[in-house]
Amino acid sequence: MDIFDLIGPIMVGPSSSHTAGAVRIGLVGRRLLGEDPVQAQLLLHGSFAATGRGHGTDRALVAGLLGLAPDDGRIPDSFQLAGEQGLSFCFGTVSLRSAHPNSVQLTLDGKSGRRLQMTAASIGGGRIQVRELDGMPLCFSAEQPTLIVKNEDQPGSVADVSRVLARLGINIATFQVNRNSRGGEAVMVIECDAPILEQTAEHIRRIPGILDAVSIKAV
Amino acid sequence: MAVFDSVTELLAYCGNTSLPLWEAVMRCSARESGISAEESWEKMRGRLLVMEQADASYEPALRSRSGLSGGDAEKMQRQFQSGGSISGDFIGQILSSALRMSECNACMRRIVAAPTAGSCGVIPAVLLPYARRFQTGEDELVKALYVAAGFGSVIASRASISGAEAGCQAEVGSASAMAAAALVYLHGGREEQMANAAAIALKNMMGLVCDPVAGLVEVPCVKRNAAGAMNALTAAELALAGIESRIPPDEVIDAMQAVGEMMPAALRETGEGGIAASPTAIKFRQDFFGA
Repeated sequence: MDIFDLIGPIMVGPSSSHTAGAVRIGLVGRRLLGEDPVQAQLLLHGSFAATGRGHGTDRALVAGLLGLAPDDGRIPDSFQLAGEQGLSFCFGTVSLRSAHPNSVQLTLDGKSGRRLQMTAASIGGGRIQVRELDGMPLCFSAEQPTLIVKNEDQPGSVADVSRVLARLGINIATFQVNRNSRGGEAVMVIECDAPILEQTAEHIRRIPGILDAVSIKAV
Repeated sequence: MAVFDSVTELLAYCGNTSLPLWEAVMRCSARESGISAEESWEKMRGRLLVMEQADASYEPALRSRSGLSGGDAEKMQRQFQSGGSISGDFIGQILSSALRMSECNACMRRIVAAPTAGSCGVIPAVLLPYARRFQTGEDELVKALYVAAGFGSVIASRASISGAEAGCQAEVGSASAMAAAALVYLHGGREEQMANAAAIALKNMMGLVCDPVAGLVEVPCVKRNAAGAMNALTAAELALAGIESRIPPDEVIDAMQAVGEMMPAALRETGEGGIAASPTAIKFRQDFFGA
């Protein structure tokens, strides 16, 4: 364990899993959406639903959606900030099958009409895992620069994407591929050692058979 | 990744390199995470500053959203300032400082988890009053945080610092051990005395369960931070007097982990056992959450 996880992290209380982790989930949602969210539906599951209000999980999630970091002193005031920044939101509860106790399902609408649905869990110590994106199961922590690529399930897509990264000298740390059905839609999650620029994602989006590509920096 | 896997290894490294313990921890951890010693120092200094800011930002009127926390640090402060406390100023400051930081955490203020958010009051509660009493400079306090981190790192590596894994002994207990070692450092103790202080502190908190009322980091967490800080002072005083832990520190840490593994889930942060299962706690949970 890094010594700065023992004297640290610097965070807004009261709970690393229910507060700091929740901010990071919101932040990842915002980055994946790639623009300011204007509407958010947040469905809390398990312990998030049971004790989230007392831990400020609701305020923490909204703070993350607004782009605040886990140590931002404005987290308790995030509901008011959301009003000022034009984000409307609603909370509910949900029972997700075989999900981690600290899970939330987010549906976000961006200002240009982009929509994203994500399920993520806060797994302790402020660390998180995104478990589902737009109905597709996956798993990543957002602790490293991450590239998410949606593609048509056809031969060569993985090679096309990895070729682009190789040409740029970006080392791949982990690589996952999931699909909803054979020949249907697939998603690649690529965690890299170096930051992935927006122009790289743009380049990948132009590859035939690629439906979308989003890169996010480490959160 | 752990810098040192045992206290024995940590002390041997200091002996072999003639580095003071704080510097051994700083250099080894910086090398491990690929940053310079200067960057590491600034980062640790930043943590000290946030601790000081949080301590100063406390507002007596602040209440947590559950209403269970707030205002107690102020009561403690008034008690010793009016000369009414049994043990006097210094102890009074430690107690109110521990409550202050933990109440800040419960009330969604910015704090430094040390090692966790729930135990964030222990280390600053001994360091800040000590610095005021003995006019300790900032550099020494940063070094003391490295000492605390060094022992914390061994505990995290051999055992756990998570209440969900090993109970409160792993959170407030670990914080108390880290704080005890830091106090010994500040008071000019030797490396072995720091290790003894950490071991004694951990032994005194062994078996402490994690039983938060309604699952919230408030009751009994806030007051346990005060107890953890006092236990750190106790352990540091004993160690500085030359009293040794009869059981070597690494074995104490291993025993703490073994106790954690024996603990039922109800006593590991689930809010189902201990104080959380008392009738009043259950009623509170129902009133506040409606479940």
